[in-house]
Amino acid sequence: MTLTPVLSAHWDEADSYKIGGYMRHGGYTAFKKAFATGPDEIISLVKDSGLRGRGGAGFPTGLKWSFVPQGDGKPHYLVVNADESEPGACKDTPLMMANPHSLIEGIIIAAYAIRANHAFIYIRGEIPHVFRRVNNAIREAYAAGYLGKNIMGSGFDLEVVLHAGAGAYICGEETALLDSLEGRRGQPRLKPPFPAVSGLYASPSCVNNVETIANIPYLVNNGVDWFRSFGTEKSPGFKLFSVSGHVNRPGIYEAPLGITMRELLEHAGGVRDGHKVKFWLPGGSSVPMLTPDLLDTPLTYEDIADAGSMLGTGTPMIFDETTSVVRAVTGWLAFYKHESCGKCTPCREGTWWLSDVLHRFEDGHGTESDLDKLIDICSQIAGRSFCALGDAAATPFPAALKYFRDEFVQATNTPANETFDPVAATVFAGATR
Amino acid sequence: MTVTTQTVTVTVDGVVVEVPAGTLVIRVAEMLGTAIPRFCDHPLLEPVAACRMCLVEIEGQGKPQPSCAITVADGMVIKTQHTSEMAEKAQAGVMEFLLINHPLDCPICDKGGECPLQNQAMTNGQSETRFEGTKRTFPKPINVSAQVLLDRERCVSCARCTRFADQIAGDPFIELLERGAKQQVGTSEDQPFDSYFSGNTIQICPVGALTSAKYRFRSRPFDLVSTPTACEHCASGCTLRTDVRRNTVMRRLAWDTPEVNEEWNCDKGRFAFPYTNEGRLTHPLVRDDSGNLVPASWPEALRVAAAGLVTTGKATAVLSGGRVTVEDAQAYASFARDVLGTKDVDFRARAVSHEETAFLANHVASKSLDVTYGDLEAAKSVLLVSFEPEDESPIVFLRLRKAALSGTTKVYAVAPYTSAGLAKMKGTLLVAGPREEVSVIASATNHLSSDSVVLVGERAAQTPGALAAVAELVTKTGAKLAWIPRRAGDRGALDAGLLPIDGRNTSEIVAATGSAIKGLVVGGVSPEDVDGDLMAAIAKAQFVVSLETRHTKITAEADVVLPVAVVTEKAGTFRNWEGRDRSFPAVTPTPGALSDAEVLTELARELGKSISVSDFWPGVNKPALKADSASAESVGTGQAILSTWRHLLDKGSLQSGEPYLAATARVAVIRVSPATAQQLSLVDGATATVSCCGSSASAPLIVTAGMAEGVVWLPANSEGSSLNLPSGCIVEVSQGGN
Repeated sequence: MTLTPVLSAHWDEADSYKIGGYMRHGGYTAFKKAFATGPDEIISLVKDSGLRGRGGAGFPTGLKWSFVPQGDGKPHYLVVNADESEPGACKDTPLMMANPHSLIEGIIIAAYAIRANHAFIYIRGEIPHVFRRVNNAIREAYAAGYLGKNIMGSGFDLEVVLHAGAGAYICGEETALLDSLEGRRGQPRLKPPFPAVSGLYASPSCVNNVETIANIPYLVNNGVDWFRSFGTEKSPGFKLFSVSGHVNRPGIYEAPLGITMRELLEHAGGVRDGHKVKFWLPGGSSVPMLTPDLLDTPLTYEDIADAGSMLGTGTPMIFDETTSVVRAVTGWLAFYKHESCGKCTPCREGTWWLSDVLHRFEDGHGTESDLDKLIDICSQIAGRSFCALGDAAATPFPAALKYFRDEFVQATNTPANETFDPVAATVFAGATR
Repeated sequence: MTVTTQTVTVTVDGVVVEVPAGTLVIRVAEMLGTAIPRFCDHPLLEPVAACRMCLVEIEGQGKPQPSCAITVADGMVIKTQHTSEMAEKAQAGVMEFLLINHPLDCPICDKGGECPLQNQAMTNGQSETRFEGTKRTFPKPINVSAQVLLDRERCVSCARCTRFADQIAGDPFIELLERGAKQQVGTSEDQPFDSYFSGNTIQICPVGALTSAKYRFRSRPFDLVSTPTACEHCASGCTLRTDVRRNTVMRRLAWDTPEVNEEWNCDKGRFAFPYTNEGRLTHPLVRDDSGNLVPASWPEALRVAAAGLVTTGKATAVLSGGRVTVEDAQAYASFARDVLGTKDVDFRARAVSHEETAFLANHVASKSLDVTYGDLEAAKSVLLVSFEPEDESPIVFLRLRKAALSGTTKVYAVAPYTSAGLAKMKGTLLVAGPREEVSVIASATNHLSSDSVVLVGERAAQTPGALAAVAELVTKTGAKLAWIPRRAGDRGALDAGLLPIDGRNTSEIVAATGSAIKGLVVGGVSPEDVDGDLMAAIAKAQFVVSLETRHTKITAEADVVLPVAVVTEKAGTFRNWEGRDRSFPAVTPTPGALSDAEVLTELARELGKSISVSDFWPGVNKPALKADSASAESVGTGQAILSTWRHLLDKGSLQSGEPYLAATARVAVIRVSPATAQQLSLVDGATATVSCCGSSASAPLIVTAGMAEGVVWLPANSEGSSLNLPSGCIVEVSQGGN
């Protein structure tokens, strides 16, 4: 399957991030079309397109928009989740660097559809260069009259606010993001009420991922049939796959959903020379790892689920045989322990405990009975925690144990760094020292 | 109007039950007698579903659900830990997680023996731990306030304390900080947990994380004898639980009375009890030949007291004070009117007026439960007159705040500025200095209807015309009326007839002592509270009998001192502002400790008479209510009109001996409006001094926007302000001071 650059079609142009560069390729025409079409029709269009949220959960976007009650007299808010923090995920960040105006035009259309006059972009605070770039794009859009009061004489008002997060993975969870945006501590909220009914400032709100919203202008301009010409029935459209790890050309590859990992791997120049795939994760560290024999699985929500994992953010990580599974899992758990918000017991204490025991394995001090204990701890976190972060934290270990039990058994007597030279897994492996 | 409650049918552990729609699953289980373990759940706090201890299986749901946050749906099939392996395993797992970082120091923990974590670890946990690592540790304890200490290692992050502070008290000065396993309760660097209700967090903490400086390491729960009692500090009427070890009160807790204090109380009620052991009078005292007070036997002291009172006879006045029980008040009333034959009797140890006497006789006395806490919650609007609930009746404050936050009740206050308490009740200020109060009350009609309540405080007696205006306002609008005094005994004393409807009031008694009045019988009165020089009156009196619990200025000057029991030593009843009787038994029965009523009974017998308890008010000729005339004294240059009330935690004598509590008292500030500040050349933030008739107080000045003009406010008799004058006084205000 070939690549199909849509969002990334013009990233090689020097001014792709500027309003001129965007408009040269038909930018800022879709929203005018949307204004002429009507908000309900836009929601129907997005529903018909089958576009699914690109933030990880894959929830149908049009359906989400239709949950926002209309005519309720309350202000509505559109919130863009740009808090991309998943280990291995790096797709929204380049998109906002290279094509921020697709996001802004998408915001105009989405806000118009759900009748929101305020939109917020919650961007992770660790990427100030992206913050500046999006901020400049917003400024350009205001200057062009595409944002603000009475946009292009349509009578539609829209203010866009860019907000920088303070460095918390949990704030990528939509309700924690809303709390953080309101100035509170970022912790997930009790649902119901769901954000569509009572979200930001207790008003109907829609929280969408950057890539989801950036899809909208292209969808509106080219129509449902065009959109559905990519991907599969259940996973239509195209996707920014950020391929990372032990590949020759890591980076963003935009392809239809349904492309296989093996095909993507070819586009990315294959595994490092002289090495082979040991395991791979389709969408960030929060999804179960898969083995090389599943490289031909189409990257769709449904096929990856059948294979025992999740498409997640669609950001595959490839690991070759130099990688210690024990070290990788320990690293991920250290991340989840550090990022657990602390609200609920299973995630707060469970990640702490898992990390504690896994560090013993990494040091070669685990015991075989610890493996059963770790599995049990994971089973007591998954499905018991307050939000999906806990479920995510309980994901890496069981899959790793399923495929690489021997490595964990070896780690009961040998430190991971002795079994696997840590340098061998790095980019600078083999460099003369 | 009929209220129909929709019900749904659900099954819990195989038992089919019909419950009101909207009920939480955990409550349904409680109704059936099934205890689902829980930590963060509290019936008076919003659900948070954080601790995950209460997970149950709900048919059709793939994973266990938090029963504290799920409302029942018709046909729901719920399986608790008793019938569901999934629920049992989930609960055991959560318990195991909670214990891995818990210090398990139960043998030295205050909570050990009454600890939900300890108990539920026994009922729903595993007997052995699988945790082999090193537990997380923190330095401990740390102060979140002078009184409340935090042990972060024991904390299970249930957020009950932080939710209480935010949702109930409205003092969100504690919050969860950091994240993950480092999450902890904390305060801002420069802002301690400043709340009159902080002690409740200790009580609702389901582990030993929050402890009280007062009680820490003093006792074990299983050594305590617990008794339900009533609080003696204010007219709110809280039910308490008093815990006693070896006849010594170790601590007091708020006890559950949904009609009154729900499950809360204030820090004064919780912590201010050491006074009962401080400086106590142990035996009667009489004057010897050289005029010195010397110990005497009860028979001798009663004989001397009786002999003295025979000489003063009807020219004796009785000041009972406002701290008396209903039973003691009835004895004082009968002793004055039947035994001594005097009409000069008053319970009010504060500024008083004829207008107030008539108001109390006509609108308050012997009316019981005309207005209740429930009425406050149901009222469309509540008007506060001369009444600052947070300082003067904290449980009324909590109930009004609850009503205001639920959206049913709108609170209005006739006051000089928007106090912190009024803001927490989302109240509206009807701004009025002492001299504008009457007209503002009169024009408050548009805020009231027959669904309203007017709450008037005892300070209304300081403003001539205010009480008459209030009476007229409720007649016009049909609003209900309640009077909320400060002291626990005030209402009972009023109902018992300790009001001078045809005699001299407190101020007149003080003025007439030495001339028309020759003898005084004084109960628990602090001389500085009285409007007038009580000590000078005592010096002039021919004969003074003092009934007191402790050595005071008055006992030092009295001719006969008769020691009486403190609340813990006697049984009795306090009648709260609603007219609701709050009875209590003796918790530390002490041989020889006699109540005021018992002493007065003996004294009456010595006089050859007897005390009789009868209903005072029926048939009494009540004086007509008419407005006293307002002061026309002009305000000169450098002067302002004083407005004042006491902080809840003040220099009151019943708060002595409790330094941790005293350290949480609010420190005095002086407030004026921006224009008044300019007029008086006062600078915001700098020290200013308020003085009048020889006494003065200095405190930092806060220029307060929206405040009444020409008025200066500072707290009376409080930390940083010893000034104890009624509102309405004309005072000098100047820059500077110490």
